[in-house]
Amino acid sequence: MSAVSVKPKLAVWKFSSCDGCQLTLLDCEDELLAIAEGVDIAYFPEATSAEVEGPYDVSLVEGSVTTAHDVDRIHEIRERSALLVTIGACATSGGIQALRNFADVREWIPLVYASPEFVSTLETSTPIADHVAVDLELRGCPISKAQLVETISALLAGRRPRLPTTSVCIECKARGTPCVLVAGGAWCLGPVTQAGCGALCPAYGRGCYGCFGPMESPNMDALARRWHELGASDADLVRALRTFNANAPAFREASLDRE
Amino acid sequence: MSEATREIRTDYLARVEGEGAMLVRIRDGALEEVQFRIFEPPRFFEALLRGRRFSEAPDITARICGICPIAYMASSAQAMERACGVELPEQLRLLRRLVYCGEWIESHVLHVAMLHAPDFLGYDGAIELARDRRDLVELALRLKKLGNELMRVIGGREVHPVNFRVGGFYRVPAEAELRALVPELEWAREAARELVRWTAGFEFPDYEREYAFVALSQPGEYAIERGRIVSSTGLDIDVAEYEQHFAETHLERSNALHSTLAGVGAYLVGPLARYALSHDRLSDVAQEAAEEAGLGPVCRNPFKSIVVRAVETLYAVDEALRIIAAYERPATPAVPCLPRAASGHGCTEAPRGICWHRYELDAEGTILDAKIVPPTSQNQKTIEEDLVGVVRASLDLPDERLAHVCEQTIRNYDPCISCATHFLRLEVERS
Repeated sequence: MSAVSVKPKLAVWKFSSCDGCQLTLLDCEDELLAIAEGVDIAYFPEATSAEVEGPYDVSLVEGSVTTAHDVDRIHEIRERSALLVTIGACATSGGIQALRNFADVREWIPLVYASPEFVSTLETSTPIADHVAVDLELRGCPISKAQLVETISALLAGRRPRLPTTSVCIECKARGTPCVLVAGGAWCLGPVTQAGCGALCPAYGRGCYGCFGPMESPNMDALARRWHELGASDADLVRALRTFNANAPAFREASLDRE
Repeated sequence: MSEATREIRTDYLARVEGEGAMLVRIRDGALEEVQFRIFEPPRFFEALLRGRRFSEAPDITARICGICPIAYMASSAQAMERACGVELPEQLRLLRRLVYCGEWIESHVLHVAMLHAPDFLGYDGAIELARDRRDLVELALRLKKLGNELMRVIGGREVHPVNFRVGGFYRVPAEAELRALVPELEWAREAARELVRWTAGFEFPDYEREYAFVALSQPGEYAIERGRIVSSTGLDIDVAEYEQHFAETHLERSNALHSTLAGVGAYLVGPLARYALSHDRLSDVAQEAAEEAGLGPVCRNPFKSIVVRAVETLYAVDEALRIIAAYERPATPAVPCLPRAASGHGCTEAPRGICWHRYELDAEGTILDAKIVPPTSQNQKTIEEDLVGVVRASLDLPDERLAHVCEQTIRNYDPCISCATHFLRLEVERS
């Protein structure tokens, strides 16, 4: 057989989510056509009706697991994927919809739906890694375009992508943004939040709201002390930790401790 | 299934935002049933907002939709500002309108060129289209990038911008930051005209219906971020009166709620509605382009919504240029909003149609109750009625072709299923 170059097959899957992270791929306006030349976009229903059968070399998975059907589906996807990369806060921690994990979802259904018996949902929203092995995760609500492009390029080149594990503080320093927590007195989650956004919120004059989830070794107690000095109550800190990564272990435990 | 049975299914509709399906059942050559189902799992935003601070609503509700976060941020912020009895100063309101123009451009171009145009030209998607018409796809990507650039400069990032708050913004851009966008916007004005000409040249199914159009209306401007709710059936109400005239019903087959207008039934929101009710308030350039495209004062062919979206893209570019030319950096990025025990209502024109919010607050600003009505759930009943009409007119088509026409009918609405879940698979059953 003659040498035919076979492009790696990329699939994009959706679970419970807002579609913003997979949209980030379509938002790579300068890179999209080049990416499409480098990989075979084999399954991406948000962008194309075309479907190429698996197995897939890389699966990007957006969204969290919230239905019994989701549980079956993620196992099937894992079996058909050589590499499985979770993209965004929903897939990596359960997303904003994981706030149900701190409440009784049965009490929530009638608040939204007139006929609760028509609604089928699990009592929790959980990250993909709670169900199957995940090879790589991209944090963020939404993910960073630069990290997505770096990840796809690295995987195509057969190397590990360069992704930070430090805190947002390092990015603020690199950017030259004066500290909004120390100097500005803003309630900022930057010291306990994983870098990746480019320290966006402080650059816009507000405290980080933790949308990339907890960094590797967050010092929650030190953060709480500073917040208290700035007049924040435990309830304020709990509320700040309970947003898009509420179910990420370090944020969840810190919020339960202070409830 | 007997020989006379036809069952056409699409289990997972492509090129829409979110998860939905469709079923068409045909018995003995007559259409029996059409269902348009949303199976995107519910995320319970209205419930999880209870107990949150009023100031948190824009960042939280943005997460309902990654394609139109500004719509949710703008409607929720407006509702909270109304609850606090605050009106935004003119420059801050215009800055909101400007970032909203960015979202219209980004969302409309994504749908027009990348999701919907492939239907008219026989491609699976924009990447396949790019193999033959790379020039057009590159033009669309550059336009879309400009919409995103407006969102990035003002909002901090394209998806879930960080610079939006009740009362205004965290940081207002310097004049020079916005003026730097002018050369690209001037290019975009020509590019958007090209988009209008390109889409106007498509072949459209000969299908029209008398719709009840519902949109925001504001004297002197094409309503985006403010206005009264008006309809082609004579409705003219403040956004606070919405619930007295509109009802939502929960159907078993769908995680989205069906909306109806009292005394009318199904209604249509989005580009066709806005155009029918406010086309005379489009800018001269946009009106000229619409006329050149043969649109007339009202467009009742849902397949031509793609042309109206292109016209609105041109308008959004033109309006962005107008706002930037007059922009003076506001002295403060936000006005103070002190909460009080009150209800607040907000309604703005998301790219897909009106996005309505209501919140009840206590004296401390805690959210006691929230209600959010996204555009796609308002259009769901109209989409089903369109499907009935289109299928009846196309019964002779082979299943595969019929399925395609049905999918195209649904995509006319740029349905955002993530939003409506509280949407879609295609099944056609013939028996």
